[in-house]
Order: sequence, then C-alpha cells, then structure tokens
Amino acid sequence: MNTVYNALADIVGEDYASAQIEELVTYSKDLGTSKPKLPDYVVVPANTEELQQIIRFANREKVPIVPLGGGMSLAGIAQPLRGGILIDMKRMDRIIEVNEKSRYTVVEAGTSHGKLSAYLKKHHPDLMHSMPDAPPAATVGGNIAIHGQGDLAHPHGFNSDMINGLEVILPTGEICKFGSCSVGSGWFTQHPLPDMSFFLGWGGATGIITKVSLRLFPCKKIREMDMFLVEDPELIPDVLYDLTHVGMAEDLAAFSGAIPPFSNKLHHISIFVSGDSEDEIEFKRRLMYDERLAKYIENGTGGIVATAQDIERPKTSKSADWKKGGGFEYVGSIMPVTAYAECYRRGVEISERHDIPYTVVGRVIGSSHAMMFAWSYAFNRADPATVQHAKEALHETDDLVLGLGGTIWKPAVYGQQIVMEHMEPNTLQLMNNLKNMLDPNGIMNPGNWEVA
Amino acid sequence: MTAKIEYKYDDMIHRCFRCGYCKFPTDWSTITNCPTYARYRLESFSAGGRLWLIRAWVMGEMEWTDRLAKIVYSCTNCKNCEEKCPISFSDNLVNMVVAARNAMVDQGSIPSPVKDFLNNVHLHGNPYGLSAKKRDQWIEDSNIAPYTNQEYLFYVGCEGSYDTRAQTAARALANLLLKAGVSFGVLGNQEISDGNEVEMLGEEGLLEELAEKNIRQFKELGVKKIITFSPHSYNVFQNSYPKYGGDFEVFHYTQILPELMQAGKLEAPADLNMKVTYHDPCFLGRWNKQYDMPRKLLKSLNGVELTEMERNKKSALCCGGGGGNFYTDFLGGSEDSPARIRVREAHDTGANVLAVACPNCLTMLEDAVKVEGLEEKLAVRDIAEILNGTVTT
Repeated sequence: MNTVYNALADIVGEDYASAQIEELVTYSKDLGTSKPKLPDYVVVPANTEELQQIIRFANREKVPIVPLGGGMSLAGIAQPLRGGILIDMKRMDRIIEVNEKSRYTVVEAGTSHGKLSAYLKKHHPDLMHSMPDAPPAATVGGNIAIHGQGDLAHPHGFNSDMINGLEVILPTGEICKFGSCSVGSGWFTQHPLPDMSFFLGWGGATGIITKVSLRLFPCKKIREMDMFLVEDPELIPDVLYDLTHVGMAEDLAAFSGAIPPFSNKLHHISIFVSGDSEDEIEFKRRLMYDERLAKYIENGTGGIVATAQDIERPKTSKSADWKKGGGFEYVGSIMPVTAYAECYRRGVEISERHDIPYTVVGRVIGSSHAMMFAWSYAFNRADPATVQHAKEALHETDDLVLGLGGTIWKPAVYGQQIVMEHMEPNTLQLMNNLKNMLDPNGIMNPGNWEVA
Repeated sequence: MTAKIEYKYDDMIHRCFRCGYCKFPTDWSTITNCPTYARYRLESFSAGGRLWLIRAWVMGEMEWTDRLAKIVYSCTNCKNCEEKCPISFSDNLVNMVVAARNAMVDQGSIPSPVKDFLNNVHLHGNPYGLSAKKRDQWIEDSNIAPYTNQEYLFYVGCEGSYDTRAQTAARALANLLLKAGVSFGVLGNQEISDGNEVEMLGEEGLLEELAEKNIRQFKELGVKKIITFSPHSYNVFQNSYPKYGGDFEVFHYTQILPELMQAGKLEAPADLNMKVTYHDPCFLGRWNKQYDMPRKLLKSLNGVELTEMERNKKSALCCGGGGGNFYTDFLGGSEDSPARIRVREAHDTGANVLAVACPNCLTMLEDAVKVEGLEEKLAVRDIAEILNGTVTT
C-alpha cells in the first residue's frame, strides 16, 4: 500500500483520506477557467492536532500540501499545481468563542461564513461580522488568506483588517499564535505587538491558518438598501466621495452591467443603510441625500431609483448561469476610486472583444481609500471556445489592472507573475527570503507566489 | 478517455457551479445538511461534487469504478440540495443523480447491495428477499380484512410488512383505522413493492413492471382511494403512477388521522406526558410539501409538548435511509452517519420522544438511538403508535 496514504489515514482515519481517482478528480477542478490539476492525496483533518501531524509528515517527506477552504476564489489558488496533498479545511469548523462585550469571535479557520452568520443571528443578534459576497460555503480562513472583503468594507476595510489574532501552523509544523492570544491574554487585539503578518494574502503559501479571531460589529435592527443612479461614470468617484464624507452608509458599491438591457451603461450605487430605529435611518438618509446628493438630483445627473429595499445576499453563482453555461470567473483588483470610469470603459471593451456581456462592480473600501473593482466574465462550461474567451479576457484584464495603477486581488498564477514583475526588487527579495525562511522545503502551495 | 455515455441531462449537468448552497439548511447554520456530505465531508460526496463526477463519467473523462458507483448511490434523494440551489435547474438535481443511476443500470454496473435490492424486489416483491407468503404476517390475529371493495386500500409497503419494528407501527395504524371505523382492507400476500426505491435506484424497467402490476391489481379490485403507511409509497403512487395510468386518490395516513379525530371518530389517548420532537420524512416533507399535518396531529394530543429540532421542515436532515440506503447502508458505520447526527440533535431538544411518520426513518433512527446509547432517554415512535397508545416511552 501507498505509504503516504497510509500515514494520512493513520492520522485522520480512512474515511477522511483518499488517494482514489474520484476525490483526486473532484479536487483537481477549480470553479473558474483553470485547467484541472490532480492532487495525489486528499485529506480532511478534524482539528489542529491532526493538521499539525499532516504538515510535519509532509515536510519530512517533502510532499507538497495545498490548503483548501470553500474553494470559492475562482482563481485556481487552491489547485495542487505540483500534486501532493490537498487539505480540505472545512471539517475544522468549530465556533470556539464569542465575546459579546469585546465584540470578537474565535473560530476554526474552516468555519463557513454561512455558519458564523447564522450562529450570530441566532445567539448574538446585536452582532455581525463581515460576510463576503461569495456563497456561504466560503470559509473564514480562506477568505483572509486572500485578503477578502465583504460587508462593512466601507467603515472597516478588508476582512483581513478585522483580525484580532491568528493561530497558524508553519510549514515546518510549529504552531504559532499572533496577537494578544500569543501572550496568554484573550483574543481581543492583534496590536501592539511587533508585526508578523506573514500569512494574510499569501493564499496558504507560508503556513496554514487554523484559528482566527474576527472583530464583530454592531448589527442594527433595520438594514435596508437604497439605489442611486447616474449615467456618467465619471461622476461615480464624486458621488462616493460625498457619501463617504458623511459616513452614514453601512456599505457602498457601484455597479454596471449589460444585462438587463434597460440598465445597460447606467451606473448604480447600492447604498446600504442601517439603524436601530426609523429615526436613525431617517437621520442618515437626510445627511446622505439632502446634504450631499441633492445637487446631482437638482442638476439632473443623478437620481434615487429605489429606497428601503430588503437586503438580499448576492447569489454569485447565478452569474455563472448566463445562457445556461454554468461558469464565470472574474478579475478582482484593488483600485483608487478615481479609476472607476476608466475601469468600466476598458472592461466594456474587453467584454465586447470576447462577446461576453460586461459586468463590473466597485465596492468601496474604507472612506473611498480604495475600491475592489471586479470584471466578471461568464462562460459555458460545456463550450471550450467560450472558456478560452473568458480566459483571454481575464488575462487581458490582469494586464489592465497593473496598467491602470492598481493591484490584482487574489491573482491566479499569471496575475501573480505580472504583479511580481512590477514589484520593487528589494520588496520582492524580502518576500522571497520570508517564503524560504518559513518554508525551507518549498512544500506550501507550491507554484504560488514563487519568485523566479 | 472512455466512450461517451448516453445521459438524459447532457444539456444541463454542466450548469452546476459547485457553489455549495446545496450543503446548507435554509438558515445556513451548518454546512452538513446534505446527508452524504455530513457523513464523508469530502467534496466528492456533496451534491455538486457528485454532479461534476457524473459529468466526467458520462463525458468519458473517467471510468466507472466501485467508488464512483458508491458516490452516486449514496445520495439519499432527500432533495435538500433542491431546496437551496439558486440556479433555475434546481428542480432537476435529484433527477440528474437518478439519471446517472439509470445509465449505470443500463450498463449493468451497479454496487452489489443495489443489485441485491433490485433482484430481491424482482424475485420476491420486497427488498429483503423474504418470501411473498410471509408478507401478511404483520397482520397476526387482528381483524384487518382483505381488500374487497372497501372505501380505502391500506397499502402497508415492504417495511411495514417485513421489518419487525415497522410491523409494530403498521399494526398500530391499522388498529387506529379500525377503531375509527374506517372502511379499509389490505392486500396481504398479494401486495408487492410500490417501486419508489426502485425508481430512485435507477431501475426504470422494474419500476414500470411494478407499477403496471400494482395498477392492474388495484383496478381489478376496484380501488379508488389508497392510504399509505410509508411516505415513500405515497410519493410513488402520487407522483409516478399517473404516468403508467394509475390515477388513484392517495393519502399518507397523517392526512387521514386529523380528520378522523376532528370528526370524533378517533379518541386521543389520555394524558401522554411526552416532550416530542418530530422528524420530517423527506418523501413527505421536501418531496410532497407535507409539513403541517403531522405537527397538527401531535399538537392536538393531550400531554404532548411539541418542540422543534434546529433543522426542521424544508431544512430537516435526512435520516440517511432514502434512495434505498436503509438497505444498501452506504452511509452507516460512523458517528457522522446522518441517523446518528439526527438522534443527537433530537436529544439536544430535551425531547423524550422522537416522532416519525415513515417506517424507514423509524428503523434508521431507532437503530441510531441504540448505537448512541440513548435508549433510556429518547424513544423513537411512529405517530400512529403515539396516537394508538400501544407503545409507551
């Protein structure tokens, strides 16, 4: 029998380790356009102790390991590019602690955002966390490993800015904690200890995050969505500047799409507004609309097209079913808000070139400090020509991001390469040194963030 | 690459995005509401993973293997995935799995427990391989009459006829119908499998044979109305038999008993002093949207406090017995077997009775209670047994 499989089965039990083709094929495929990459083994640990044993074994035997959360990045980040052991983290999904007064929760990294959201709603209805727009199966650990963002990005930034502490297993098997938890205190703050942020945004290339302390925020009793509309994309940065000046929105996102046709080439701004009372909501609306947006309405360049809508979580998988094709992938970028119009125009050009209806969205991060701007490209999973078109559009968009002065969010390997080509040499060298120091045998998600 | 396999949903199966909504209950409280995913926690055993594997197989990208067949046949057809999938093809998720089984049956490539199940039904009219002559032993010395043109045919089904635990519940139900003065009769040794699981296991030919035999017999006897003991029988009579010409008025017993009580024909037992939680059977709940009647019945009983498990109605966790799994047992053998998870969930409510309305759920959950060591704390009872007062906690 295969010694690696036997070792894995000894650690987690036979039901949770596999070297069989059915699991290898299943885990070889990303949801986006990436070609399948077969792992040699799949393993599903139940806890940190089992995971630590797996990592120690892999490091000793120099077998690549690739951690997988919800598998929702669509960029092939958790594909086993060089085979090895695929580690499915979703069985490590315990909610360990909720500290209501200090507003944080400690969860295992494989906890789905859906589960955490439901738990808070049931047990701590006054608290919420930042849930990404990804489906509820997206995991907390996976999301911060790619610098995800979601709800509350306007007031509080990236999800990886909302961390009070981490537990990580290093590629050599040691368990490390970061933040106040590392000195035996509670998991209530990441600061003021020396910065050792070697794991966020690395996509599992420097270690595997096992526990996360996430900041929680007040969850208002009433949460609604308004919609403001402009025709001229050049106005979007101004409107967002006005809205972020008053800081009354819970979230802000501008979007435009070719479908449905009646809203084609128009630009919608979703304004999420929340309050514990109608008075609070009214006060916030007054500041946003009467004080800041009235001028657009008065001069005929903008208008309110919807108010007090129920907030429905986006079901991104529906985007994949354009023309019943079952597939989509997007390039996400972190951009200055001022680049919105150019991002939109160039995105439309790329989409038209590849015969894909354009869909773009810009989510405000912070007080217009940046936006996550995304270009989505749908394809038909059963039609290789459309997959190829989407792939080419994605690569063109990766190039565009750097050309427009932005950075690529959760880049696939192609995107990683062009980011590193643009990176300041000393920074690149430091990145390389850090990776080699932490992962001397190069076992962690190899193929990702590798300096040439 | 192997040869392309003929498959009914070629134009649809690629549309699964594998977004994973199908793993959740309505409120997202756990990622383990798909019973096979709960058991194995491998993507290959999730609804999406299964569809992607089926597509790879039918496209000739991978060969049939025992494990692929196990993955395809472990699905309990519980329809949790269909409740949660946001894509417009969601109504066909279970059909796509059944169609893969059709293709495996056509190729003669099915797991041996499935083959045994189908052989037994074909040879003996029941999946247990027991003699058709023993089918009426559940009746014992009761006053249950053979069907001779009474108002209702009471169709007991294979579990109620052969499984000793389910027999007790079937007798309780028959006793209730007798007490209420319902005009009904049974088929006794002439009854054969309803074919619901045969259909779920992908044997269309055998389903057709069973349906035609049953319909012919029912019509020859003048049957117009049928009361079923099992939701599985209810489902196939209600939803599949019409296409074979079987248009009968079909009731699951939980739809009949409340009327009898309301009409004063059936008296509820005296103070029962039970805290009850109810487990929705998939073929009554998600398949046929019958969520309220069983609850209404239980609430009407003196001394019954009804409490809900966290996952209930559309979000109920399947017991793991659907799609023939009560026999093939692809989900057993683990503390994460769905039935064991479910009884722990029932126990967590503080209930001392786990009420069911399905003989498959009855046996699956009662076995799980024993394995979990909860016999002294949690009794699994069919609603008919509770109402009949034949079994105490």
